[in-house]
Amino acid sequence: MTEPYAEPTDAWGDPQPAYPAETVPQTAPTAVTPADAADAARLVSYGLQPKLMPARDAEYAGLLRRYREEPPFARLADAVATGLGLVVLEVSTRAGMAVTAAEDSVFAVRMGDYARRASSDTADRFLHGLAHLAVAAMAFPRPEDLADDAYIGRITVNGVDAFVRQACHRLEERAEREGDNTDPATDSPGLESGWRVYARRSSTGATKDARRLAGSTTGIIGKAAAFLADSGFLQRTGDDAGGTYRTTARYQLQVRDMAGGAAMAELLELGVVPVTDGSATLLPPPDADGLELAADAGLPFHS
Amino acid sequence: MTSPADTHTAAPQLSAGPRPAPGPAADEGLSRRLRALACTAPLHDLDARKANLAGAYTVYAMAEVALAAIDLVTLNMDFDTGADHDQIVARLLPRIAAQAPDRSDTEHERVARWVLENLINVGSVDRGFRAVYGTFGPDGVYIRRDYDFKLVEEVPGHGGSVYLRTTDEAVNVLVGALDTDVTSAQIAAEVKLEVLISRGRLADAQLAAEQARYRTVQYAETLRRTLEATRRNVRAVDWLNAVPDMIAEALDHVADRYRHENAILTNIRKARDEAEEPEHKRRAAELVDIVKDCIRRHTQLQSRLLEAGPLFRAEQDRQAFAPPTAHAGLDLYGQLLAPLLPLPVDQATRATDAFFTHGTGLRTPVSVRVGDLVEMLLTPPVEREHLGAEMPEPDLIATPDDSRFSEEQLAHAMELLDLDHDVPRRLSGLLAEARLRDPDLPYLVALLAVHAASPPVGTAYRQGERRLLFAVDDGTPLDDHEFGGADLIVGTALLDAAGMAADRKDAS
Repeated sequence: MTEPYAEPTDAWGDPQPAYPAETVPQTAPTAVTPADAADAARLVSYGLQPKLMPARDAEYAGLLRRYREEPPFARLADAVATGLGLVVLEVSTRAGMAVTAAEDSVFAVRMGDYARRASSDTADRFLHGLAHLAVAAMAFPRPEDLADDAYIGRITVNGVDAFVRQACHRLEERAEREGDNTDPATDSPGLESGWRVYARRSSTGATKDARRLAGSTTGIIGKAAAFLADSGFLQRTGDDAGGTYRTTARYQLQVRDMAGGAAMAELLELGVVPVTDGSATLLPPPDADGLELAADAGLPFHS
Repeated sequence: MTSPADTHTAAPQLSAGPRPAPGPAADEGLSRRLRALACTAPLHDLDARKANLAGAYTVYAMAEVALAAIDLVTLNMDFDTGADHDQIVARLLPRIAAQAPDRSDTEHERVARWVLENLINVGSVDRGFRAVYGTFGPDGVYIRRDYDFKLVEEVPGHGGSVYLRTTDEAVNVLVGALDTDVTSAQIAAEVKLEVLISRGRLADAQLAAEQARYRTVQYAETLRRTLEATRRNVRAVDWLNAVPDMIAEALDHVADRYRHENAILTNIRKARDEAEEPEHKRRAAELVDIVKDCIRRHTQLQSRLLEAGPLFRAEQDRQAFAPPTAHAGLDLYGQLLAPLLPLPVDQATRATDAFFTHGTGLRTPVSVRVGDLVEMLLTPPVEREHLGAEMPEPDLIATPDDSRFSEEQLAHAMELLDLDHDVPRRLSGLLAEARLRDPDLPYLVALLAVHAASPPVGTAYRQGERRLLFAVDDGTPLDDHEFGGADLIVGTALLDAAGMAADRKDAS
């Protein structure tokens, strides 16, 4: 079940013309009643509970139907969401009222609240962010997977760690082959390459109470996965390999419509330009100095 | 020198006139050696720091314990997991106990754990070591650099357990500054071994054989990584040329080494048998164990290699033949993760921060009521259950005894068949005697006698039995109203247990 993305800005100027007004004359009043506003706000509040499934809640499903069938109600719900500092990603029976926090919204997750060490330590801050990116990259390994609404990705915590570690290992090998000295200059930790920070962080460690070592890479990735599961983006399916998860429709929307673009914009600003003409499926890394890929390889795991 | 020169960049004046400072190329050998040197520092450090520990620990040779620990971890590394913490500690204890026999076992264990934890460097967040060294950059500027390395690292195992693996650095430190190709190093070590054995220098031969085994482990580790990458993405790996070549090469290698090591095994066995000094004999016997372990590891490697092809085909079915979608999306790996990793952390953090901010969704802010807060603060913490749920008492049902013969009957039959070794008897006589005791007993005796017609000599030999029941058919027909066939001669043979034990040792 797909629905055009209801961008809050577009929603006003571009009413969804699914049903001509005359087929639903009783639901096209010119005035908005307080009861309508309450229903619209209730729908948004359902959207704020990401783990709630529309299929399991009759009232939620009813409000979703109303959103789709009554354009004025849809506009009202969008307005409520926008006013609260939320971005509407999609409204459908599969994803529910998929909303996410706009930047600077009270609902936004801040890195400092997420991990205490991340606010003081640049390496930790990077690793926590990278963990989220790596989870997404493993969940949707190919561009088609991200574009295909029916796709369900599966990840394991240890698998994500191994994946990033392998990528780092390739970079290390490349640097060695090219004779680069990758050891960073003392006292300038910000200039150290990202892969090196990851590579030297240990992947796990023994703790006294048999829990995962929080500072290790599997600890960081495990935290990211647990957090995403808490956000209704992943569903935990098992305990193998550090925890196995599968993706939800919301996560796909979030990564595709929000996170991917935002990170890409930053990379563009840094002058690292990923080339795309919109037709290629597996794109090689953009920069000419990037990974020397074997033919048809989308990932750097070539011999 | 006529002009003032920066002391940092001035090079030694080997020829007339000032020369630019040596560049990175000239420095490379030096920095490589500095890094190799740095890898030994944690071991020296152990001995330097042992005086600071509470208690008189100077009697222990910490570097020796550390090297032994690295040996143990390396040898216990497998394809899937590494070595177990407690196992390594347990195996270190005899050596530590030998260093200070009059100290308590708890202290020995403390020393073992201290050494192991320091090899992992538990105190630091990276769990690694850092050494600082200096090089000249391309522009002649002297830069101090950080070299980060690990000796023993912890890796996740099945079911959330943690295992130990030695890093390449540690293996290289252990076997001595090896900045060479794995394969050629192995060949060199084995050639050396053969030469040593032919000259009868077994002490050195054992060292070389152990080195060969480390090489084998290292080689397996390299292969494991490659196969793992294959599993993750089929299109990423060059399955047209590179990987099949690699697998063929590795299989050749295994076949070659297998032949080679079997030859060595034969040689050492001969050397062991011919050696007269007990010390030489013992060393040769150890060598046999090591080479056998090498062969076992090769076999393991080979089975992994054979799995690679089917794995590729299964992954290809899963990944490559999926129908393409109409529109292409964002390539998270190729367009984000891969370009981001080589960037300096400062810049890369901007992109990861953006992804984090937009990729984590939302959190509903928590607002606390004072009433709730008081209750929350006063609620005692839930105690974590250490033992887990109680096990239900298993409901056992006695299975009915449906044996054809009772224990008593078996005892009677064994008594009948407990013959003197030089007085064999006819089956007919035994049957008649059995019939006197119990009408059912002849069946059991006949059954045992028939079994004895083909006695399990090999099993008895392996288990070190002293006597063995046997039955021989000399052509006399059995005249009995219940049984037919040959009237077997049943007797007991004495086995030479001591001789067998000696033979068994030889065979291994």
